[in-house]
Amino acid sequence: MNNTQSTEVIFELSKPGRRCHRLPACDVPSSQPLGALIPQDHLADQPPPLPEVGEIDLIRHYTNLSARNMSIDTNFYPLGSCTMKYNPKRHERLAALPGFADLHPLQTDDTTQGILELLYEMQQFLAEISGLPAVTLQPAAGAHGELTALYVAAAYFRDKGETHRKKVLVPDSAHGTNPASAALAGFETITVKSGTNGLVDLNDLKSKLGDDTAVFMITNPNTLGLFETQIKTITDLLHSKGALVYLDGANMNAILGITRPGDFGADMQHYNVHKTFTGPHGGGGPGSGPIAVRDFLAPHLPAPVVVKDGDRYRLNFDMPKSIGRVRSFFGNVGILFRGYCYIRTLGPDGLKQVSEQAVLNANYLRKRISEGFEVPHPGPCMHEFVASSRELLRDKRKIKAIDLCKRLLDFGFHAPTVYFPMVVQEALMMEPTETESKQTLDAFADTLLKIKAEDAETLKNAPHTHIVSRPDEVKAAKELKLRWHAAPSGGVPAADRVATTGAPAGAP
Amino acid sequence: MYVVNTPEDQKAMLDAIGVASIEDLFANVPPELRLGRPLAVPAAMSEMELQTHVTRLLAKNASASDTVCFLGGGAYDHFVPSVVDAVAGRSEFYTAYTPYQAEASQGTLQAIFEYQSLMCALTGLEVANASLYEGGSSVAEAMLMSLGITRRTDVFIAESVHPEYRQTLATYAANLHCRVRTLPTPDGFLNPDDVRAAVSDSTACVIAQSPNFFGHLEEMRAISDAARKAGAVFVASFDPVSAGVLKRPGDYGADIAVAEGQGLGVPLQYGGPYLGILACRDDIAYRRKIPGRLVGETTDRNGKRCWVLTLQPREQHIAREKASSNICTNQGLLALRAAVHLTALGPQGLKETAERCVRKAHYAAEQLTQVPGVSLCFKTPFVKEFALKVPGDAKALLAKLRGAGYHAGLPLGRWYPQLADCITVAVTEKRTRAEIDGFVAALKAST
Repeated sequence: MNNTQSTEVIFELSKPGRRCHRLPACDVPSSQPLGALIPQDHLADQPPPLPEVGEIDLIRHYTNLSARNMSIDTNFYPLGSCTMKYNPKRHERLAALPGFADLHPLQTDDTTQGILELLYEMQQFLAEISGLPAVTLQPAAGAHGELTALYVAAAYFRDKGETHRKKVLVPDSAHGTNPASAALAGFETITVKSGTNGLVDLNDLKSKLGDDTAVFMITNPNTLGLFETQIKTITDLLHSKGALVYLDGANMNAILGITRPGDFGADMQHYNVHKTFTGPHGGGGPGSGPIAVRDFLAPHLPAPVVVKDGDRYRLNFDMPKSIGRVRSFFGNVGILFRGYCYIRTLGPDGLKQVSEQAVLNANYLRKRISEGFEVPHPGPCMHEFVASSRELLRDKRKIKAIDLCKRLLDFGFHAPTVYFPMVVQEALMMEPTETESKQTLDAFADTLLKIKAEDAETLKNAPHTHIVSRPDEVKAAKELKLRWHAAPSGGVPAADRVATTGAPAGAP
Repeated sequence: MYVVNTPEDQKAMLDAIGVASIEDLFANVPPELRLGRPLAVPAAMSEMELQTHVTRLLAKNASASDTVCFLGGGAYDHFVPSVVDAVAGRSEFYTAYTPYQAEASQGTLQAIFEYQSLMCALTGLEVANASLYEGGSSVAEAMLMSLGITRRTDVFIAESVHPEYRQTLATYAANLHCRVRTLPTPDGFLNPDDVRAAVSDSTACVIAQSPNFFGHLEEMRAISDAARKAGAVFVASFDPVSAGVLKRPGDYGADIAVAEGQGLGVPLQYGGPYLGILACRDDIAYRRKIPGRLVGETTDRNGKRCWVLTLQPREQHIAREKASSNICTNQGLLALRAAVHLTALGPQGLKETAERCVRKAHYAAEQLTQVPGVSLCFKTPFVKEFALKVPGDAKALLAKLRGAGYHAGLPLGRWYPQLADCITVAVTEKRTRAEIDGFVAALKAST
């Protein structure tokens, strides 16, 4: 069923006088005009021009919109680097309990002992899994965690009087957030090359490492899904120069209970709780990006952290060397809460099994995909791998990686991550995760192998079965339209004031 | 748990790969780096055990559903209509990721486009992004934007801006070439004359919040005029619920508007996830520097209207160290909640909600200040939250009131030592007259 009903923007469904929310009768004095309570010059003449719809309009509109998404609950979603694993329903039920959902962030510790206990334990779990003893749960996402860690590094070097350390080394295969975070933290980024084996080129690293190096940011397993076999040599090298090693923890799903960043020489790492510990990705967020660090960096973590005094828990703000806050309130507690439930559900064996099965699934899929595609780097891989479709670009059909991705959508598979990492041409980065079955992986591999041989027209015009075909991205950027307007041209913009009914001007 | 491959499946997969065991797949992890013991985390729990365990933990909290909540300070106990949970609870929304594949993500993309449009309507500005983390980092991002737009170095922020937003701003500024100065607000508001005296041709931005942290209003138009006269960017932090009755940031001359969006359908959940609202005026310099994702309207190959992520060259995955921000995601699910919430309320519902908060807050203030020794701290008008001077030790008083069943307010001394005998009290549309009267009686009994 291809439901094309309500393809309108919500503003276009608006009709003056419709509504779906009413307040109870006012039980405090309300005879005075508002202007008697707040001076008139602060008050608007009319409310903002929001749409006016009935409850069924609203529900049908958004329900129909939801059907235009691929999601984990509806489709295999092998998006490399994103760890799109199943999101357990029990977490949703528990996170909705009023004892959590209705907790105000500025309540006193004596009224939040339950959540503080949970968060304290979560700090302990993340410390144990990383082998790094001090944890802050404050950062809101992985990129935010990276930024926090670099602020911590900057504060540490400032405290030591080593302000000449201005450089952050980043491998060329790194996530784009790494250099972006380094720049925001006031560092200069130096790119380190990967060797042909996809691992850090040690000679290039050595040539760029100096007394001015502050931090080396490394992803391990890296974005090619490869474990850096020389990781200890690398971290020793950095430490010999007095620099710190930061681990981008995006790929923790490969190493839970197998090896720990603290044990292979990382000084700091972030977690993506929404990836590794399965917070639902929410269409692009929320995430949660706690960081774990060595003891000597702990004084610089953002305050507060949860501490335990006897059998009581409290927020500790007394951290004079702290970098300060990186956000308001405690953190993305809703995601941390789900991550906690996940860790408690799995236990030590279950966590290790996650990584074992994620690696098994990735290697199996890698094997199947390699039946028809180049996989440039030698296996075994960890939890993900990168294939290349560059040979298809060279044949007379000139098929691009993106064409394959779009065609996969026709068969009900979300596309892999494409054109990343940049060190592989026509990259197709696949991360199946541990929650998928062999049948699903086979069905996906069979499809990808089959469509590879399809004619150029079919591939280049894909997808054929979705509500829209390929969007004109150039037009989107050139004829920029970032909000709804009441009329195509010369009309009254939606954000302008409208009549007291609140109906957008020109609305049907 | 959650693994579905049977031992037979696993055997077949290992055979296909050509290895004898899963252990062989970890051959690249050097043995000396292996953990070699089980992780020291508690043993696995069934769903029943987990539910019992979590329920028992949560019973140790006294949430806003157990204790009458007059707490504000940037997070408010507003009513969330059930349609918000119904829509955000659709797993086609909550288990999807960033809409990179536009054809298979039109639901998320259109919802974000509508969110952006709603934020423009709410702020009176022309461009809104797909949302940021929360209120505090949004203020910091607005500062980064201003530094980039003006290429100037000085940042002024009013002392009456949320203290945690100011702390966040200070953290972001610490490693950059800029100077942050706080403009004092001894009478609970920022005096526009002080802004006029402070700004110069090196001022990148002036940041003020209205209603401010005390819940009171600022003279935003006059502050804007002072900032803009010096060529600085005026950043306004506003309250999206109060926007139902107040002039909007765009109406009083804000260049950038930021807000904590929690009041728009997001549960309190101990501080997050919330969403940061950021909108700005339509100017090429602003568009180049705006952080975060943007969804744009376009057409597909058949000319059909559709939506797509746009202006991506600003973002980290393309620009890397030259990116306008390191932000990689938005708060998609929370932006969806905010969009559904605003749509459910509509213009009249938002207006009535804001107005109800105003009336209840004023009723509460009037009743509370009849208690001997209790008075308003500041003379300026307030909206849904206000600062009260209380007799004796404010913290001890609040503890007493907690015992009587009230989260009665926030002790201002925690952030403003000079206001150690003051609290802020927030009153949303959810508070009934009986609850307010009960609070007044408990206060009387406690002083």
